[in-house]
Amino acid sequence: MSAKEEKSKFDVTTHKFVPKHIKLSEEDKLKLLEKYNITDNQLPKIIKSDPAIQHLAANVGDVIKIIRKSPTIGETEYFRLVANV
Amino acid sequence: METVYKRIDTITFSLLSPQQIKKMAHAKVVTAELYDKEGYPVDGGLMDIRLGVIDPGLRCRTCSGKLKECLGHFGYIELARPVVHIKFAKILHMLLQTTCSECSRILLSDEDILKYSQKLQTLTDLGRKKEIERLNKLVRTNSKGIKKCPHCKTKQIIDKFEKPSNYMEDNKRISPIEVRARMEKIQDPDLRLLGINPDVARPEWMVITIFPIPPVTMRPSITLESGERSEDDLTHKLSDIVRINQRLFENINAGAPEIIVEDLWDLLQYHITTFFDNNIAQVPPARHRSGQPLKTITDRIKSKEGRFRHNLAGKRVNFAARTVISPDPKIEFNEVGVPKEISMELTVPERVTEWNIEWLREFVKNGPKVYPGANYVIVDEVKKKRITQETQELILEELEPGQIVERHLIDGDVSIFNRQPSLHRMSIMCHKIRVLPGKSFRMNPSVCNPYNADFDGDEMNLHIPQTEESRAEAEILMEVETQIISPKHGLNIIGCIDDSITGNYLLTQKGNTLTKQEAMNLLIGVGVFNTEKLKKLKNIVTGKEVFAALLPDDFNSIGNSKACKKCKECKRKNCEHDSYVLVEKGNLKTGVIDSSTIGKGNGTILRDVHRLYNEKQAVDLYGKLFKLGIAYLLKRGFTITTSDADVPTNVRTKAKAAIKDSIKGVDDIIAKYKQNKIKAFSSKTVDETVELMIMQKLNETRNKVGEMISNSSSDTNNAMIMSTAGAKGNILNLAQTAMLVGQQSLRGERICKGYKDRTLSLFGKKDLGPEAKGFVRHSYKRGLNPIEFFFHAMTGRDSLMDTALRTPKSGYLYRRLANALQDLRVEYDYTVRDANKTIVQFTYGDDNIDISKSENGTINVKKIVAEVLEEK
Repeated sequence: MSAKEEKSKFDVTTHKFVPKHIKLSEEDKLKLLEKYNITDNQLPKIIKSDPAIQHLAANVGDVIKIIRKSPTIGETEYFRLVANV
Repeated sequence: METVYKRIDTITFSLLSPQQIKKMAHAKVVTAELYDKEGYPVDGGLMDIRLGVIDPGLRCRTCSGKLKECLGHFGYIELARPVVHIKFAKILHMLLQTTCSECSRILLSDEDILKYSQKLQTLTDLGRKKEIERLNKLVRTNSKGIKKCPHCKTKQIIDKFEKPSNYMEDNKRISPIEVRARMEKIQDPDLRLLGINPDVARPEWMVITIFPIPPVTMRPSITLESGERSEDDLTHKLSDIVRINQRLFENINAGAPEIIVEDLWDLLQYHITTFFDNNIAQVPPARHRSGQPLKTITDRIKSKEGRFRHNLAGKRVNFAARTVISPDPKIEFNEVGVPKEISMELTVPERVTEWNIEWLREFVKNGPKVYPGANYVIVDEVKKKRITQETQELILEELEPGQIVERHLIDGDVSIFNRQPSLHRMSIMCHKIRVLPGKSFRMNPSVCNPYNADFDGDEMNLHIPQTEESRAEAEILMEVETQIISPKHGLNIIGCIDDSITGNYLLTQKGNTLTKQEAMNLLIGVGVFNTEKLKKLKNIVTGKEVFAALLPDDFNSIGNSKACKKCKECKRKNCEHDSYVLVEKGNLKTGVIDSSTIGKGNGTILRDVHRLYNEKQAVDLYGKLFKLGIAYLLKRGFTITTSDADVPTNVRTKAKAAIKDSIKGVDDIIAKYKQNKIKAFSSKTVDETVELMIMQKLNETRNKVGEMISNSSSDTNNAMIMSTAGAKGNILNLAQTAMLVGQQSLRGERICKGYKDRTLSLFGKKDLGPEAKGFVRHSYKRGLNPIEFFFHAMTGRDSLMDTALRTPKSGYLYRRLANALQDLRVEYDYTVRDANKTIVQFTYGDDNIDISKSENGTINVKKIVAEVLEEK
């Protein structure tokens, strides 16, 4: 095994600074878009090759829910649209 | 001038085609001459009056408009040989690289072209602009470096770009004619794949054949006092172009040798290049005879002095003044002292009505030279009369309602006061005018903070709004009282400072009493004329009662003094430090007033007054508090002396022992290190660990000494009074002056620069001892020894350099940040969005708290509950 492959084995999702990433169902995505009255392009983006979403097998157009720690309120939800570069 | 009322829907930027240039041109320029012997513009010259007029009296031959009516018209010249447009040289190179030199198709197979075209079509239908860009880029990279054309099978030679505007094929130059010929052959669909819209920008137009001559009106000449004419830089450049073009024509027609033609061609290329941009790396800038570079088109547009940042984003205004500022604690926060000279120059337009005509007549009578007078009277829409000795009588006679008098500034006029850099909204506030003698702007020292001003030579700007609307807007939105609470943290940015805090602190100290007469003098002095309040005073008045006389009768507030030790269980009213500040029904029951109750940034009493009453009342109270503090200090007398830094002998010996102790402690650490007995902290080396341990030990000492001094000092120590009140200085300053300056550090480390392995040559190598690494064990008062002095100067110089270098850097950083964030806003659904309505945050700050309405970013629920319960 090459050094590069060895490195890629590290699972970033286990790191304490990587927040939880969850793929939204199509239904939930539509609900979200309706809630904010937006098209999916108006969401913040996440690159498809982002290490934190590799385990989700997300495709372009999916929406990822991110549960983050927030200094002001404890835990918050954030949504990002999977996009190409 | 004609006015057109139309709404702009879209703007398309495109290239000018030779046909378009010819179509919009009104004259063909054929000679580089400007004027004939009589000084009249030559026909077919660069100042041809068909291109517009810049002389009064002449009429444009194209539109027959006079000066200022005619906006100018383009002309053109035909170039003898085509020339590359410098701004498109890179794009041309890209096109040469990606297309075949023979058939001018993209160097991609038919299948690939089909594949990409379909993708482009779908993306265009969807309107995905960014993805289209990405596709274009992909096509461009994929079609570069292909050895053989997939269409006509010609072998491809890689084109090299020789800056600024030459293209080489196997060391042979491709002439602009050849470039243009190749560009002409590229098909429209291929261009679209490469990211060029052929409808508005055919690539052959990037090679200039017909050159547009800009109108005379955008390059006016100026007549010097000597009667000589001085032409604009652009005109100079254009005459170069026309002249060389003419010569090139003649040489070609005369059948001159190819070398001469080539040389002239290159010269033409040079002139046209510098006409567009005179700052290109490989091109020597064209210069005046004096050696100063010509300002050509790019210079007019680009950077700080360019059209955008200089003329469009920033404009100069009338009715503004600028001078040095100086403090005046006797004027109110929302006032600004204006020199009489300035007040006679800046004016306020006031419309004459039957009610104020007598009043305004006085101003006109005084004229421009007597204060308060008037400079102009606007009689009707067109006539504006200056008041002079000759005109004064007539104007006075004719003065009637409906006219406008531009009168001098008087007390109470509305003005806008500003200090650069205007980093936040408190950098520009509305102040009321106070006309004062002297030549500087006077301001209350309490508003230094929002402006970030001091009086070491700072200058500030003053503007006088000229319409009723602007005055109203300034008063309602920008008055100092509306800016007391800073939007960045919800705390008061304006508060008592320096002496006024010391004064209030001394006044409200436990056990401080005044006679009735003294109290009355103080209160009336600061402007308390409420007899009800004064009647309440007894023969012996406590300082707290004097202070409370300023507060509203129904005012309640709870807070803590700076001295609060944050005990686990607050003893409240029985606090031994007198740090539980309790105001009940306008009476200061307990607690001493200091910077945490009336200071800037935290002043709880100030904020409570601001919250519970209106802004006018808050400003009024601020002003009185400020004056009370100063008045009391003036009455009592206050100073600072060298003996404030004296330390009792017993404390001195104790502190000295502590210092010695810690030095010994350091020696122990070093000894242990030498015996390899130190265990490294995690993620640190042993050496770093030792450093950390030593630094900790030494810093501990300084704090310990500071504590000793603060515990031992008497209540009459002026430096201590100021530091406990929070007015100026802290314990550390006192400790440094009295006992121990302490460790000098560079970038968070002990000093390690200088010689190899040592700071100065008199130390042994790798000496880790305190003295060798910049520990100053003496005090400022006793004096530093030469070595200590050297180390101290080192850190002093370093911090000086640091501030000098950091300011411009952080300023630019801030500018970029502010520009990037400027159009983010919280929408009605509580999301933060940018100008495209793209979501940036789903809930503002995750907690939806409006910082400007919170206290330091949080909402104090306990306080609100307490207040509500109290009221019931």
